[in-house]
Amino acid sequence: MAKQITYEDVVVGQPLPTLIKHPTPRQLVMWAGASGEFSEMHYDKDFALKMGFPGIIVHGMLMASFLAQVLTDWIGEWGTLKKIKTSNRQFVLVDRDIICKGTVTNKYVRGNDHCVECDLSAENSEGEKCVTATAIVVLPEGKKTGS
Amino acid sequence: MTNEDLVLDEFKKLVGQQMEPEVWEAGREHIKWFAQAIGDSNPLWQDKAYAAKSRYKNIIAPPLFLVDSGLVKLVGRLVDMAPHLANINGGTEIEYFRPIEAGDTITTVAKLADAQMKTGKAGSLIFLVFEVTYTNQRGELVAILRNTFIRR
Repeated sequence: MAKQITYEDVVVGQPLPTLIKHPTPRQLVMWAGASGEFSEMHYDKDFALKMGFPGIIVHGMLMASFLAQVLTDWIGEWGTLKKIKTSNRQFVLVDRDIICKGTVTNKYVRGNDHCVECDLSAENSEGEKCVTATAIVVLPEGKKTGS
Repeated sequence: MTNEDLVLDEFKKLVGQQMEPEVWEAGREHIKWFAQAIGDSNPLWQDKAYAAKSRYKNIIAPPLFLVDSGLVKLVGRLVDMAPHLANINGGTEIEYFRPIEAGDTITTVAKLADAQMKTGKAGSLIFLVFEVTYTNQRGELVAILRNTFIRR
């Protein structure tokens, strides 16, 4: 894994590494099985159309997982995700590129916790923000890990 | 009263009622499948040897590994109450207190926290907020999840 990031390394306004996903029907079926969320709109196109959706829709929780992965990839083993809040703004259709991005919006020390706040978004290839999120992570202090 | 009002009334009756707690085990294989479904190759979720040397000394679950039977049952019940309405996930808010480790036994308590009708250009939409609390086998709070569902 990459070098452990520390609180001191972080600059407000910096982008997080971008993650590109391309959820396929196969991935949605895997997610349905792993999560127990078997709503037909996530794998049955006829059902999705009948319910008024434009096609097979990616699970909101899978989209949240993608944004959480942006964070956990970035914070490494010694970082801790404390809070994430997602808003689903647009339906995400299956078999499209999803560009998951993040930016650091704030950093502060609260008690013993070195907190970093981030804004996140999952965009389609037209640049529309389908899901936005805010998150708080706690990072180790640089001088303590010595890494 | 419109049909939507009647449906809303039914939902409102459920607000605040706690569902039967669900108890489930966070199995290592299940965590692996879950991580693979996300396409998340982080060794903390999947690599037993790596995880054993990590600060957790064990496999831990990815953050969204909270989609469990308690949640699914509550959502299923809400869907069944109005099967003609689409069920749209509006958003999810999760506060984390400690990680879920492989082998943990998790108890979830779910309840419908709020039911409101909002009328806009798209017609009447019913907003449902449910809240799920997760604790582990030591009685420690693991996470609290709040999810908004939109029925239309």
